[in-house]
Amino acid sequence: MDAFTTHTGTAAPLRRSAVDTDQIIPAEYLKRITRTGFEDGLFVAWRTNEPDFVLNKPEYADASILVAGPDFGTGSSREHAVWALLDGGFRVVISSRFADIFKNNSTKSGLLTVVLPQADVEALWAAVEADPTTPVTVDLQTKQVTYGDTTVPFEIQDYVRWRLLEGLDDVGLTERHLDDIEAFEGRRPAWLPTALPALPAL
Amino acid sequence: MPKTLAEKVYDAHVVRSTEGEPDLLYIDLHLVHEVTSPQAFDGLRAAGRTVRHPELTMATEDHNVPTLDILAPIADPVSRAQVEALRKNAAEFGIRLAPMGDRDQGIVHVIGPQLGLTQPGMTIVCGDSHTSTHGAFGALAFGIGTSEVEHVLATQTLPQYRPKQMSVTVEGELAPGVSAKDVILAVIAQIGTNGAAGHVIEYRGSAIEALSMEARMTICNMSIEAGAKAGLIAPDRTTFDFLQGRPHAPQGADWDAAVEYWSTLRTDEGAVFDAEVVLDAGTLTPFVTWGTNPGQGLPISERVPDPAQIADEGERHAAEQALAYMGLTPGTPLTEIEVDTVFLGSCTNGRIEDLRVAADLLRGKRIDAGTRMLVVPGSVGVKNQAEAEGLDRVFVEAGAEWRGAGCSMCLGMNPDQLKPGERSASTSNRNFQGRQGKGGRTHLVSPSVAAATALTGRLTAPADLTTA
Repeated sequence: MDAFTTHTGTAAPLRRSAVDTDQIIPAEYLKRITRTGFEDGLFVAWRTNEPDFVLNKPEYADASILVAGPDFGTGSSREHAVWALLDGGFRVVISSRFADIFKNNSTKSGLLTVVLPQADVEALWAAVEADPTTPVTVDLQTKQVTYGDTTVPFEIQDYVRWRLLEGLDDVGLTERHLDDIEAFEGRRPAWLPTALPALPAL
Repeated sequence: MPKTLAEKVYDAHVVRSTEGEPDLLYIDLHLVHEVTSPQAFDGLRAAGRTVRHPELTMATEDHNVPTLDILAPIADPVSRAQVEALRKNAAEFGIRLAPMGDRDQGIVHVIGPQLGLTQPGMTIVCGDSHTSTHGAFGALAFGIGTSEVEHVLATQTLPQYRPKQMSVTVEGELAPGVSAKDVILAVIAQIGTNGAAGHVIEYRGSAIEALSMEARMTICNMSIEAGAKAGLIAPDRTTFDFLQGRPHAPQGADWDAAVEYWSTLRTDEGAVFDAEVVLDAGTLTPFVTWGTNPGQGLPISERVPDPAQIADEGERHAAEQALAYMGLTPGTPLTEIEVDTVFLGSCTNGRIEDLRVAADLLRGKRIDAGTRMLVVPGSVGVKNQAEAEGLDRVFVEAGAEWRGAGCSMCLGMNPDQLKPGERSASTSNRNFQGRQGKGGRTHLVSPSVAAATALTGRLTAPADLTTA
């Protein structure tokens, strides 16, 4: 994946809570077997049915930072939601709380999810609504979000931060510990099930 | 130090633990379906990697599967290509696949338990959020993304951070007509659609212990709808009886060794939960959702809520948006809401017991003339059993449609979908906007409420059916 160090761009205020991954990208777009090209499905129902939807407004068309309400990314585990956001030009999502699987998926593809207190989210909403051209900088090295005269620190696990800064692939990291995996496998009880061979039904 | 059930299962699978890094957790069973796996297999090929343990991996076709003409090629070329990609990948990497038409085919979370592959104390993952279902057996089971699917295929492990622990205790007895679905909808309404984020939920208490395995699966299935990492229930005699004799359950001396271990899988006295929720089973009534997330639910005897009376600005705004989408007016009794379609099925409520409960209410009756009812067994195994019991005839004679096995109308990936503006009572797990088809409106209900609703054409509690 691409490394993430720091990003500066404009931000779109998505004043909605509990945005589920079915809204980020509906299931019909999940039939594709590619890993890119999902931008046409990004928030497609809201973009189609709601003329006032924030991403339909020209002033937010080039936004690369999405500032969402609490509980962003609930529901389905579809990593396509992360891919659609990246394909749609977003590098960062800011919310006061994310759903676990979405947040975890985001770290695998280089989309940075930043948790800020709701009061800071509200202040950022107000700033980018007042002036949609406000540059917002999200710096993973210093763990800070900066816009105008405001700087807000954020927390992220050191290990996750290191992986994102380096753009490292998890599988490669785990393969360094094959000895541990083999040792563990030697200790597994023999009665644990295997799917092969297929056994006759009852 | 006393441990919770989830901590015991977690600790038994730690391959490697180092300060400042996630733990490396071993995965006992990896379930795979066509939607979230093709990019993972592509990733393996691109890196020249292989599947470390094909025998610990099991694949099925479920999301894209049409429930009519299941032996014909899938008409939608994009769906067909996705299913064909899974077939090609399973063959190339030596993974067992239950394709359409196979006796073992079905929704991934129905076939694991049915085959006896889901057992207590295991770690089970799948690129599917409803993997939490398998926690009903005392397994630590959770949904993962496609990058993690690739990671498990390549290494049979996952980097994980230790989750927090939440207990949901339900004591007492459920009233007749009140089911596991009502329990979990009530739990989610109480803690919110992401209220259990970062936590594994253990469901405990006398009301949980009294439940069948099917009912326990319904509860654990919807743990993700409260945002939980997983949900699980301590294995007991009910669990062992369900498993014994299934194709992949241990046999003979292995069975005895397994049961001895499984019997240790209980939360220790004095173990600490980070959060605790308590419900009185005796106060629960049939529950339905009115909004567009599973936490927006109420007892069926209530009325559509008035957003103006919600104090929290964010929640008020969410309720306004939900009611606008759902086309509902505040103050309307929930039992006056008319539906077009009733869907009985899904990984939440597509098991034999769910079909029996609904059939008992429909036997000898006709569903409402203006209402369509789809009955979709969760697997070929469930379908065969239902037909052996004559349930298919009960449904057909009542005017319902009896279909082949698959995810069906739970999500809009196959031909079973709502049309824009159509309203359903659905035994599935998600009432998100457009979940059952573009513009479709979903009310989540239990199987018995689904059957009662099919008879009247409006949301109905089974206890309110007149005998006339």
